[in-house]
Amino acid sequence: MKVPENLNYSKEHEWAEQREGGVIRVGVTDYAQDAMGDVVFVELPETGQSFAAGESFGSLESVKAVSDCYMPVGGTVTAVNEALLDAPELVNKDPYGEGWLIEVEPSDEQELENLLSAEEYKQYLTTLKDEGGD
Amino acid sequence: MSGPLIFEIGSPGRTAAALPENDVPAQRVEEMLPPAMLREEPAGLPEVSELDLVRHYTGLSRKNYGVDTGFYPLGSCTMKYNPKVNEDVAALAGFSGLHPYLPGELCQGALQLMYELEKYLCEIAGMDRFTLQPAAGAHGELTGMLIIRAYHMQRGDARRNKVLVPDSAHGTNPATAAMCGYKTVEIKSDSRGGVDLDDLRRLVGDDTAGLMLTNPNTLGLFDENIAQIARIVHEAGGLVYCDGANMNAIMGIARPGDMGFDVVHFNLHKTFSTPHGGGGPGSGPVGVKDILVPYLPRPLVECRDNGTGGKEYYLDYGGEQSIGRVKAFYGNFGVMVKAYAYIRMLGATGLKEASRYAVLNANYLKEKLKDTYHLPYDRTCMHEFVLSARNLKDTGVRALDIAKRLLDYGYHPPTVYFPLIVEEALMIEPTETESKETLDRFAEAMQRIAREAVENPELVTGAPRCTPVQRLDEVTAARKPVLRYRQENA
Repeated sequence: MKVPENLNYSKEHEWAEQREGGVIRVGVTDYAQDAMGDVVFVELPETGQSFAAGESFGSLESVKAVSDCYMPVGGTVTAVNEALLDAPELVNKDPYGEGWLIEVEPSDEQELENLLSAEEYKQYLTTLKDEGGD
Repeated sequence: MSGPLIFEIGSPGRTAAALPENDVPAQRVEEMLPPAMLREEPAGLPEVSELDLVRHYTGLSRKNYGVDTGFYPLGSCTMKYNPKVNEDVAALAGFSGLHPYLPGELCQGALQLMYELEKYLCEIAGMDRFTLQPAAGAHGELTGMLIIRAYHMQRGDARRNKVLVPDSAHGTNPATAAMCGYKTVEIKSDSRGGVDLDDLRRLVGDDTAGLMLTNPNTLGLFDENIAQIARIVHEAGGLVYCDGANMNAIMGIARPGDMGFDVVHFNLHKTFSTPHGGGGPGSGPVGVKDILVPYLPRPLVECRDNGTGGKEYYLDYGGEQSIGRVKAFYGNFGVMVKAYAYIRMLGATGLKEASRYAVLNANYLKEKLKDTYHLPYDRTCMHEFVLSARNLKDTGVRALDIAKRLLDYGYHPPTVYFPLIVEEALMIEPTETESKETLDRFAEAMQRIAREAVENPELVTGAPRCTPVQRLDEVTAARKPVLRYRQENA
């Protein structure tokens, strides 16, 4: 499972990348795309919409199920990845690159500190494997 | 594929039926219909002989798979045998030939049947009244939640805008809540597969309209904390809705009304043995406690003294606070007749026995398979259980592949990838009508597939091979659906 060092992660398996101008780019992790299976439809918000951290901003539909996507940090959506509407498979092929979902102007940059580092997220993934109820 | 389509075997002018000579003056269609209503090109209907037509439909029927063909352990769907006597009863002319606008005095038998069916359902559910109108389970959910909404609104309690739903719930639960204008709040399951009480206490409040709960739940587990769960929600002013999808496990043994539920729906087409799959018709009656009776859809069937010492059944359209009708006329009446026949045929003892055998069969199969597949919640189950294929992940074989391979062994696969909280889920519901021999044979097939996954994984990931069409490309079908057949050269 790929977990790039330069990103921050949520326990809901979203990644957040700090980009120029204070914008945060958001996507789902390699683990998430693998667990979901082939993504066939992506539902994204409109730019200008605001969401709190942990709130659902859209959903990914795979052949198995529809999964909500949650904001790693609160903020206003400044861009959505329109390419996914025609090519949802990008989420599977390149979850950290071309398969990004939205860009957000964070309402509180401090919230980034609540996210996991790559190391912590890797550690978190190993705990999921052992969970009895899963 | 399996031969040409019916569109591809015809020839212009060929026909399967010989119509009698026209004995009225012929009129051109252009003279009867306005130009805007006329087709610009011919409809391209198949033109085939009677034999081709018979082969077409016989071929289709042979490709169909139902519980009359073989074992159908589709978890959550209760694919039990549908006794054929139900069909005989529903086909009686006195039932099947009724016009829905007949005056009451000409359909007393039908009204009596509805009246008595409601009483039986009340007794089985521990509820005070039922509406028989909803046409299916999800329709029952919608009706039930509209009743809960009406209750809060009537009390002027409009700030309640949230419905709590466990993470193991049927997808229809949050959908229902959304249709009623509520926001869904997800509650976690605890390590035993039940509602996490701490999470429930944290999320419940004065904005809670209600909780939607399936008990036994979608893991096939009975939530023993149900009385406490209901109390927590009631103390916060909310109501508790029982998704009765899994009632087949507890008929005559435990009653939603006694557990603290305020509303419940039954799936007559599952629990009470009426045919389903392929779109219905279903029937999802909704039962409520006294406090909610005013909001039930109307009409309800009532009974009064007919003045000469007998009884008269009639439709009562009253009910100022009723949420209104939810279905044309009175619901899917034919389905009610079949469920009524089933209840009368089994009686109180028989229904209880049906549930006990459903639970026994599920536990038997679970014990046979739990060493072959991962069993995430190792408890005595109810009418169904959920395995995980995650122990085979290293072989590259997934739950979907196992489901496909079962087709080669002649079985309908279990439900896969549901509930969502179990990775690579295989949800198996054998029902009470299967014999031990059938269960043994199925278990053997499941064990063989697990061995194949290790020894020859391509056999499983490439399945099915023995079906009219082989592995379908579900991804392309979903991403780039072809929704219409187009005739070549047409």
